[in-house]
Amino acid sequence: MKRLLLFLPLVIAVGVGIFLAAGIGKDPTKLESARIGKPVPAFSLENLNDPTQLLDESVLKGEVALLNVWAEWCPSCWDEHEYLMWLSKEKGVRIVGLNYKDQRETAFSFLGRLGNPYDEIIFDPKGSLGFDLGVYGAPETFVIDANGIVQYRHVGVVNKQVWEEVLQPVIQKAKGNS
Amino acid sequence: MRNIHGALVLLILCAFGAQAEVSEVYDFDTRAEEQRYQNLIAELRCPKCQNQNIADSNAPISKDMRDQVYRLMKNGATNDEIVGDLVGRFGEFVQYKPPVDKRTILLWAFPAIAVVVGVAIVAGVAIRSRKREKEESALSPEELARVKKMLADKDQQA
Repeated sequence: MKRLLLFLPLVIAVGVGIFLAAGIGKDPTKLESARIGKPVPAFSLENLNDPTQLLDESVLKGEVALLNVWAEWCPSCWDEHEYLMWLSKEKGVRIVGLNYKDQRETAFSFLGRLGNPYDEIIFDPKGSLGFDLGVYGAPETFVIDANGIVQYRHVGVVNKQVWEEVLQPVIQKAKGNS
Repeated sequence: MRNIHGALVLLILCAFGAQAEVSEVYDFDTRAEEQRYQNLIAELRCPKCQNQNIADSNAPISKDMRDQVYRLMKNGATNDEIVGDLVGRFGEFVQYKPPVDKRTILLWAFPAIAVVVGVAIVAGVAIRSRKREKEESALSPEELARVKKMLADKDQQA
């Protein structure tokens, strides 16, 4: 018994080691979204392309869609844009853009240079919908199911790997449910 | 040399200037309200710059959060309602003080558990060593007499 007790520090050290090792490689800047499983918050914001038209949460209903939060001032948005173009053109994914704390002119020049992968673009210059969604840094991409329920949030750049490993399975699941 | 000193002082002053930029002007009716606001923004954490509270951070998201705290206060919300509103948006991460519930009870109770276990270990060690002392000092009267004699001899020699 006494002999066995001598191994106690070793056991504790190994236990703590396993516990801490589980945290290594996790990105601490990626937070769980508090919105998952809840409907997209109600909003009424201008269409980027048409200031006279107001968009509301119904643009995110009826079909599984990606809600991509972007802005011209956001460097990573420039990086991910070609993948959004690819998703929209090649994969036929419905992407709704949320132009976040941006200006119309800069947003247009961004789209003019890189192309427009969005079916609709919500213009949110004050970031009010972004705030309600818990957006803390662009780019962020939400998966919204056909009932307008948030299924997933991805913080950071969308690329081929993220699509294949993360977003596509979530979308498949969302399509299966509705 | 003098110039370098001057430049350093200037640099330090610049740094203070950058720090002071954070605070916006909010109007409060009473001193207590202002204090309440300051306490609230000190215990809410910025989701973007993770090691700062929203009082210290000048990230745009922190400003939005301070605005929201102020707006809700003006609407008469309680502290719990205000914190709940922000947690509902950004998740429990934004609370520096997590609520006591089933998932966090170990976190909250751990300091107390650590103290109790520590005291128990120290007490255990102390009781054991005292016991051992008693057992070991159980010399027979003859042995004790011999020890005394030996010590006395030694004293004389010295």
